[in-house]
Amino acid sequence: MSNVGIVIVSHSPLVAEGTADMVRQMVGDEVPLAWCGGNGHGGLGTNVEAIMGAIDKAWSEAGVAILVDLGGAETNSEMAVEMIGEPRAQKIIVCNAPIVEGAVMAATESSGGASLKEVVATAHELSPS
Amino acid sequence: MAALHLARLIAVAADTIAAHAEELTALDQAIGDGDHGLNMKRGFEAVRAEADAFAAKPLPDALKAIGTKLVMTVGGASGPLFGTLFMALGKEIAADPDRKNLAAAFGKAVEAVAARGKSQIGQKTMLDVLQPVHDALAGDKTAAEIADIADAAAEATVPMKALRGRASFLGERSIGHMDAGARSTALLVRSVGQAIGESA
Repeated sequence: MSNVGIVIVSHSPLVAEGTADMVRQMVGDEVPLAWCGGNGHGGLGTNVEAIMGAIDKAWSEAGVAILVDLGGAETNSEMAVEMIGEPRAQKIIVCNAPIVEGAVMAATESSGGASLKEVVATAHELSPS
Repeated sequence: MAALHLARLIAVAADTIAAHAEELTALDQAIGDGDHGLNMKRGFEAVRAEADAFAAKPLPDALKAIGTKLVMTVGGASGPLFGTLFMALGKEIAADPDRKNLAAAFGKAVEAVAARGKSQIGQKTMLDVLQPVHDALAGDKTAAEIADIADAAAEATVPMKALRGRASFLGERSIGHMDAGARSTALLVRSVGQAIGESA
């Protein structure tokens, strides 16, 4: 698919899945979408391996925008991008935006064929600078 | 550094974290999300499980592999932060480092942790221990003196207001508690430093 992919990374699998449901309701299958949440051991948290897997699943040559909730999700997502390495890493951006609103807005922008830069800018508009 | 030596350091580090896991969790519960002790223990036990394989590698490769293992197993923000510390150390260190090389490599590793956490000194984080430890390493302090410096630095996070991580959400209420990452860093510095000192 040529639309920008969206990855949702929450500490809670329920939040991640629920956010993904809201994205799907908005854009259907027009946007590559994946989510992950939880520490991989049944608890709350985020984990690099799962994030790398979600990026693979939502991969698009147009790039991937990642929406995160709290600090560890951001740090782990940045780590995952670094471990994926170039050339793909330059097409993956961790957004500074609220996770639910950011994911829905970013996906909506993506579904219209916007570039990664435009998708990320739309998500960033939701955060006070 | 001999193969046995690195395996011994891993065992010492994992023992220390395991012995203090509940204390670390309690610190993190006070002003964080309360998973630090368990997360660190899981990560260091995963490293311990492959200690012989790590120890068989040249030191730079071993440290990079340990860092990657920590990234993959610790979770939380600590995984990437401690993982980055070891990965960057491995990138900079010599196969058979002297004190000068160790200090220089450690300095680069501290910078890498600061970049990963988008943090700096004085924000009530592990950096508040790492930086004085680096300064002491670059000077002529003994392992015992460095361990004391690390403990004092962790203690000095108590009156700080957290500006990074989950604790920062508490604002003023983060004052009066020791940062869990600073404590775990000091614990590792003491135990590993002591083991290196004994075998030197």
